[in-house]
Amino acid sequence: MIIDHPLLGPRDAAEFVYKGDASLIHRPDGMTATDDEMHDYVYLRDNPAGEHRELWYHEQGDRSWLVVTRNTLTHEISKVELARDVARAEGRGQ
Amino acid sequence: MRYSAWKIFKEGLTGNKGWTPAWREPEPKAEYDIVIVGGGGHGLSTAYYLAKEFGEKNVAVVEKGWLGSGNIGRNTTIIRSNYLLEGNQPFYEFSLKLWEGLEQDFNYNAMVSQRGILNLIHSDPQRDAFVRRGNAMRLSGADAEILGPAEIRKMCPFLDYDNARFPIQGAIWQPRGGTVRHDAVAWGYARGADARGVDIIQNCEVTGFLMENGTCTGVETAKGTIRAKKVAVCVAGSSSRVMEKAGMRLPIESHVLQAFVSEGLKPVIPGVITFGAGHFYVSQSDKGGLVFGGDIDGYNTYAQRGNLPVVEDVCEGGMAIMPMIGRARLLRMWGGVMDMSMDGSPFIDKTHIEGLYFNGGWCYGGFKATPASGYCYAHLLATDRPHDTAQHYRLDRFRRGAPIDEKGQGAQPNLH
Amino acid sequence: MSQPNRIDGGQIDRTHSLKFQWNERWMSGHPGDTLASALLANGVKLVGRSFKYHRPRGIFSAGSEEPNALVQLRKGAAQEPNTRATTVELFDGLYATSQNHRGSLEWDLMAANDLLAPFLSAGFYYKTFMWPKAFWEKLYEPVIRASAGLGRLSMWPDPDTYDHGYLHCDLLIIGAGPTGLAAALAAGRSGARVILADEDFTPGGRLNAETYEVSDTPGSAWAENAVAELAAMDNVRLMTRTTVYGAYDHGIYGALERCTDHLAKSDGKPRQVLWRIYSKRALLAAGAIERSIAFGNNDRPGIMLAGAVRAYVNRFGVAPGRHVAVFTNNEDGLRTAVDLRAKEIEVTEVDARKGDMIVDTKGRKGVHSVILSNGRTVPVDCVAVSGGWSPTVALACHHRGRPEWREDIEGFVPADDLPPGMTVAGAANGTMTLGACLSDGHERGVALAAELGAHGSSGAVALASDETFEIKPFWHVADAKPRAWVDLQNDVTTKDVRQSHAEGFRSVEHLKRYTTLGMATDQGKTANILGLAVMAETSGKTIPETGTTIFRPPYNPVAIGAFAGRARGKDFRPYRLTPSHKWAEENGADFVETGMWLRAQWFKQPGEKGWRDSVDREAAAVRRSVGICDVSTLGKIDIQGRDAAEFLNRIYSNPFLKLPVGKVRYGLMLREDGIAYDDGTTARLSENHFVMTTTTANAITVFRNMEFARQCLWPDLDVHLISTTDGWAQFAVAGPKSRPLLQKVVDDLDLSNDTFPFMACTECSVFGGTPARLFRISFSGELAYEIAVPARFGDSMIRGLMAAGEEFDAVPYGTEALGVLRIEKGHAAGNELTGQTTAQNLGLGGMVSKKKDAIGLKLSERVEMNRHDDLRLVGFKPKDRAVLLTAGAHFLTPGDPADMAHDQGWMTSVAYSPELGHSVGLGYLKRGGERMGETVRAYSPVRNQDIMVEVCSPHHIDPVGERQRG
Repeated sequence: MIIDHPLLGPRDAAEFVYKGDASLIHRPDGMTATDDEMHDYVYLRDNPAGEHRELWYHEQGDRSWLVVTRNTLTHEISKVELARDVARAEGRGQ
Repeated sequence: MRYSAWKIFKEGLTGNKGWTPAWREPEPKAEYDIVIVGGGGHGLSTAYYLAKEFGEKNVAVVEKGWLGSGNIGRNTTIIRSNYLLEGNQPFYEFSLKLWEGLEQDFNYNAMVSQRGILNLIHSDPQRDAFVRRGNAMRLSGADAEILGPAEIRKMCPFLDYDNARFPIQGAIWQPRGGTVRHDAVAWGYARGADARGVDIIQNCEVTGFLMENGTCTGVETAKGTIRAKKVAVCVAGSSSRVMEKAGMRLPIESHVLQAFVSEGLKPVIPGVITFGAGHFYVSQSDKGGLVFGGDIDGYNTYAQRGNLPVVEDVCEGGMAIMPMIGRARLLRMWGGVMDMSMDGSPFIDKTHIEGLYFNGGWCYGGFKATPASGYCYAHLLATDRPHDTAQHYRLDRFRRGAPIDEKGQGAQPNLH
Repeated sequence: MSQPNRIDGGQIDRTHSLKFQWNERWMSGHPGDTLASALLANGVKLVGRSFKYHRPRGIFSAGSEEPNALVQLRKGAAQEPNTRATTVELFDGLYATSQNHRGSLEWDLMAANDLLAPFLSAGFYYKTFMWPKAFWEKLYEPVIRASAGLGRLSMWPDPDTYDHGYLHCDLLIIGAGPTGLAAALAAGRSGARVILADEDFTPGGRLNAETYEVSDTPGSAWAENAVAELAAMDNVRLMTRTTVYGAYDHGIYGALERCTDHLAKSDGKPRQVLWRIYSKRALLAAGAIERSIAFGNNDRPGIMLAGAVRAYVNRFGVAPGRHVAVFTNNEDGLRTAVDLRAKEIEVTEVDARKGDMIVDTKGRKGVHSVILSNGRTVPVDCVAVSGGWSPTVALACHHRGRPEWREDIEGFVPADDLPPGMTVAGAANGTMTLGACLSDGHERGVALAAELGAHGSSGAVALASDETFEIKPFWHVADAKPRAWVDLQNDVTTKDVRQSHAEGFRSVEHLKRYTTLGMATDQGKTANILGLAVMAETSGKTIPETGTTIFRPPYNPVAIGAFAGRARGKDFRPYRLTPSHKWAEENGADFVETGMWLRAQWFKQPGEKGWRDSVDREAAAVRRSVGICDVSTLGKIDIQGRDAAEFLNRIYSNPFLKLPVGKVRYGLMLREDGIAYDDGTTARLSENHFVMTTTTANAITVFRNMEFARQCLWPDLDVHLISTTDGWAQFAVAGPKSRPLLQKVVDDLDLSNDTFPFMACTECSVFGGTPARLFRISFSGELAYEIAVPARFGDSMIRGLMAAGEEFDAVPYGTEALGVLRIEKGHAAGNELTGQTTAQNLGLGGMVSKKKDAIGLKLSERVEMNRHDDLRLVGFKPKDRAVLLTAGAHFLTPGDPADMAHDQGWMTSVAYSPELGHSVGLGYLKRGGERMGETVRAYSPVRNQDIMVEVCSPHHIDPVGERQRG
């Protein structure tokens, strides 16, 4: 597979390490979260057959985390974003 | 029809014209006591044991494709009981014992072949871990030995002992491990279940669950509504997709595991061999093909096919320990969808929805579990109590903080 | 050395002769021959035996689809099993033998199987060999396995090398037949960057095998000219002997180039190159493969595909027979008769479209006659069969595409579910006539080049006549009494297909798996459609209703060595060497693989007999005076920023906000699931600058996880991370004499306990100006330091330290002594940090803060992870002090049965303690903290050990820590 890195251009997927669903960005605050919220965050996944937003880490490159939107049936990649931008846009900033 | 050498002889003399179908092709009835969703290995063995061991005669298996089209039809055929943890090892040892009497039990030669499994050791910490594992196996009643290089060399003179990047320092050896002709397992269970009255309904996809007052009372299928007192889901590779129809999210990600077979070769590999410093395992089929594999590709997918980096990684592992396979040709590579759980261990449990049961999350270890998974699932369905050996495979174990994590990788499914 | 079947014409070089050996007999051929054509030229008909029945078999095809003519090529370590004689280029000195027979090829003892065929029908082995139970593994299976497989591995390491290469192009054209050449000419002339790959050694495809004319020149000459024109284009790369074997994601194709297989020796060059081709577009122009018709005894040597007969006659100048029966259901097959007659070969036409059939053949080791449906027996020495052509759709279906049936050509063509970026043209797409293929290729070439932005002049389309392609579905001779083969290699007959149906194996996948149809080395290239057709007919369905199996890579088999490339032997993975590696080599170090690292495990001194002598000496020296160990492999992470302390406080389970500048703190990391993950020390060099160490094993993943936390969880914290593991050489200097030693080394720094106490750190310089960092931390429990210098000074540093330590009897120590020291002291390491244990289990429950949010804290509170009877890390000593403990032993309460229900834990690490004079261990024991002084059983059946051990504190030496603080 080829991931079109937003800063570096097309890169072979072998340069990246995969983590999983981009929902992992939304870690509940451990001081306020309920047991169920933390459990669901760590353990449950939508695991869709189709479009999937997921985290890839450019370990053999610039070490940025990316949010890649990829279809799990066809492997077609429709969007690649810097995870930090996504995290901020989705309210992880202070 | 009972299969035997005599039957083959008789049929051979009369033009092989007397063979009858191994199973019926029934239309679904309006209602069953138990409907099993998924006609793969686990679903068929569940049906078989329900009928045979628990006296459940009013059972249907609904399968979206052809029976045995799940991961039972595309795996690397290894059986073993070399697990470490208390939550796992007794279950897999129970499974291995069921394998050992299976063919006589269901009158089908699935070629259970206990030629042994050899896990190579390449470092001191790995030896310590394998000694711990071997002792756990022995405590569970299984067989295990730790071998030194000299003993391994006797068994497998073709391994690279002299020029290896990660020298072979020993191995854990389970003589009772081995391989089984995978398709025949599905066929044997299907035939045995069918003969005991189970309806196996092929080409019948489940499109939804029938819910009444929060209780699951049947399934909607491509062939109409089928009511059931209990619905037992058992759909490796589709667990999340199917359970989503019941509104459940699972602690599962679906990944692809590639597997490989070489052209047929005269026998060279005695049993199963696994590389301890890379991702490679191999056995040789009775037809002569080297059957091998390695790690999962590592990203969520339902595509049933993988990519080249893992192909190369696996072959590198092969060449690292047995450079004599270099000129053997890889004939076919395929990918199967693995429902990877959050701790690498499976689930056999009732769900929070009355009448709905779930069996899944087998990662890439489901094949060897086929008999015990079916038996324990049948036990649960028939008695509403977990079988002793499967009592830890609960859906709430993460909530309680009791993962069964053989590899110690935590909630990162692609590392299990 | 005559070649009795050599005839005029063809594209072989008759000016040169090549000698080769077949089954120890010397024969000759010419450059341009394949082994198959040379064997035919020499009158060899019988070349192999079938898999199951050991039926005599001959050459069936002229290409890589060959099911029968598989040979063992070359000798010694270079021998290669299952090699298709039809693709082997003849070279001088070639050596080949036949395979899969016991006794000679001519008199194969295993041919007895053929007589037992009625008892060996489809799936027979599933129904027997079950009684008595023990006989399967002892008798039946060994017999079956002995007859498994075809060729043999040499059992020697592959003597050749293989390379991997990466290519990029606009347009990859797969197949250099008429379609591919026309497309490459058009796209190449337009200016697109083109790769044209073909598996043959002579491009041209069927143009070389047929007598067609293109643009008024012979087809093969036109192909030669086209190749010459393409070769002159800078933007075109023509790759012959290159099989594109797989279509992967995002336009990536796998291809195998055979570089030296056509030579007698590799001479140090890579034998093959495995290419990964990154393409923007791909054009599949892979042509079509002919298939057979099933009739009685249609498997005899001398019975071959009609197109192959034409290839041997037209391309190779070989007559496969002198009297040939042509059995066809289509117009193309009849061309064989025309071509053969042109070479004055006698022909009997049997046209199924007219109701004529061959119902049986005679001639066990070579066909000598055919029996026709009209009862007539015709003496022949070759039968040319054509059941039509199947488009080569494999690559189009590698993304699980399902091809569509086209009735006009009686074949499957690719549907619109192609791999993204792929187009299919020519015969692969069901365009079965030459003129149409040439214009199809040209138009696709122009269009694809334009899509890719290349708009140069594409030139004119080559012209050829379009013969009619007329086919009438005719698959098998239904009333053939003798067996009629569908899959030649795996011995699947029409009866097997029918039996499969009768037994309920009706899905196409069941058919394949039950009968093994299409599972041989040729993957059923000439057989699958035929099998489908027979199944469709038996079940009363159409062929498209019956469906096809999934096409999987590789298109043709690829050597495992090629996939592995250079990564084998010592080059399997790179070595990481520590900064003191060279010095260690000079000083008697014995090295050990630690992940990718190579570390010194001990330094052997003269007179030491075994490793224990060295390790005991090193460990004792540390406790007595001072030792030096390279610990550069520990992960090192530089952490800077205004929020660095806050960030660390969220990463570690214990508090980090108030760590003073100039101090080091031991930190414990949990995974988010609350399990203990990694430990190490973090030093605060200044307000906003921290330096972290991680374990060697987790160096990469800890950094990855911290970057995740930084970028994804808390993107607004002002903190930056750099992995500096390779940037610094770090040495542990441990032992009572470490202070005076280091005092000599550091510049202007007072190391007295008051000014530089335990857990102090500082940036400093050594040896008069070399920048350094000094940490007063101890893994051994002794007074100890770790000193780091930029990695480029690592070699000088170890030499300087050893020189400075001479007066204190300083010794270097390796990883083994390091292990002894930390086990004596009771520090957890990899054997304890298994990823399965909690901080509580480790006895570090106090390090899990309840007052903050950090990774893993929340889930570490779950009930099952806080059970009172949980495992606890404690120490062990053997009751009989002379006994050596073994790691991996399980603990049992004396008197309890040895089973899993009574398992009490396990021994994680053991060492012989030279300080204490006996073996010591660490291990997890249920309720371990409450069981000090208790005797438990350490049970290790796999090591044949079953001993009593005493539970004790894990801190075998200096439990209160006086030494390290001294």
